[in-house]
Amino acid sequence: MVEWTDFERTTISSIFASLDYNDVGPKALCRCLIVYPWTQRYFGAYGNLYNPAAIKSNPLIAAHGVKVMHGLDRAVKNMDDIKATYAELSVLHSEKLHVDRDNFRLLADCLTIVIAAKMGSAFTCEVQAALQKFVAVVVSALGRQYN
Amino acid sequence: MSLSAKDKATVKDFWAKVSGKADTLGADALFRMLTVYPQTKTYFAHWKDLSATSPQVKKHGKTVMGGVSDAVATIDDLTGGLVSLSELHAFTLRVDPSNFKLLSHCIMVVFAGNFPGEFTPEVHLCMDKFMQALARALSEKYR
Repeated sequence: MVEWTDFERTTISSIFASLDYNDVGPKALCRCLIVYPWTQRYFGAYGNLYNPAAIKSNPLIAAHGVKVMHGLDRAVKNMDDIKATYAELSVLHSEKLHVDRDNFRLLADCLTIVIAAKMGSAFTCEVQAALQKFVAVVVSALGRQYN
Repeated sequence: MSLSAKDKATVKDFWAKVSGKADTLGADALFRMLTVYPQTKTYFAHWKDLSATSPQVKKHGKTVMGGVSDAVATIDDLTGGLVSLSELHAFTLRVDPSNFKLLSHCIMVVFAGNFPGEFTPEVHLCMDKFMQALARALSEKYR
């Protein structure tokens, strides 16, 4: 089980409480698809991803970004057992979606950068460290069912 | 994943915007790396003070960004331009190349935090490619 300090719990809850999922989700996913274009391989059925402008205005991508944030929200609400919370999602990503595990880290890095841009100076080193720990646990839980 | 002419222009353009704050950005990025990825502290065991106000961290952050600035200036030949830095990292410092990604990520974070409007996904893409090319040039002499 992951041990969370009070600071980490409060920080993660307050970061996610301050985020507009409808804004941050699409931004993070778009950034991932633009900065790491090979991740587009999983979105073949999502329409036009031809260039950054197309990606940014694609409503299916935006909707999926929001969905991802709600998925993360479940981890925020169940920090003491993210592993169990994500068991089904892990199977989905490995068995059905066949997403390369390394890609979870890429999306997590893009989300971190979007949050940093939003929070500015409030995104201190300690806050970043707490977020990094949280996303590392999420990424690990999502990758668990792969083997 | 080599840099196109457009990539290089974007890097130079963005660097011109941020270079005024390079020293503080460097110190911030370095301290973030030490805090967020504590395993990187092993390379700085000889420093007594690894806090945010540490003069050694600040000075070294400035040194690192100076290196990035030199790389921007020799963007057309990163391997050639960074030969002595590569030798330093390979034979003296012996930093595991996987750590370059960690510092690079922290540099992207400080760019985003300080220049949210300018650090668009397109700029992020070019800067990420550039930092990877820089890391490759730095690891050139490793083996």
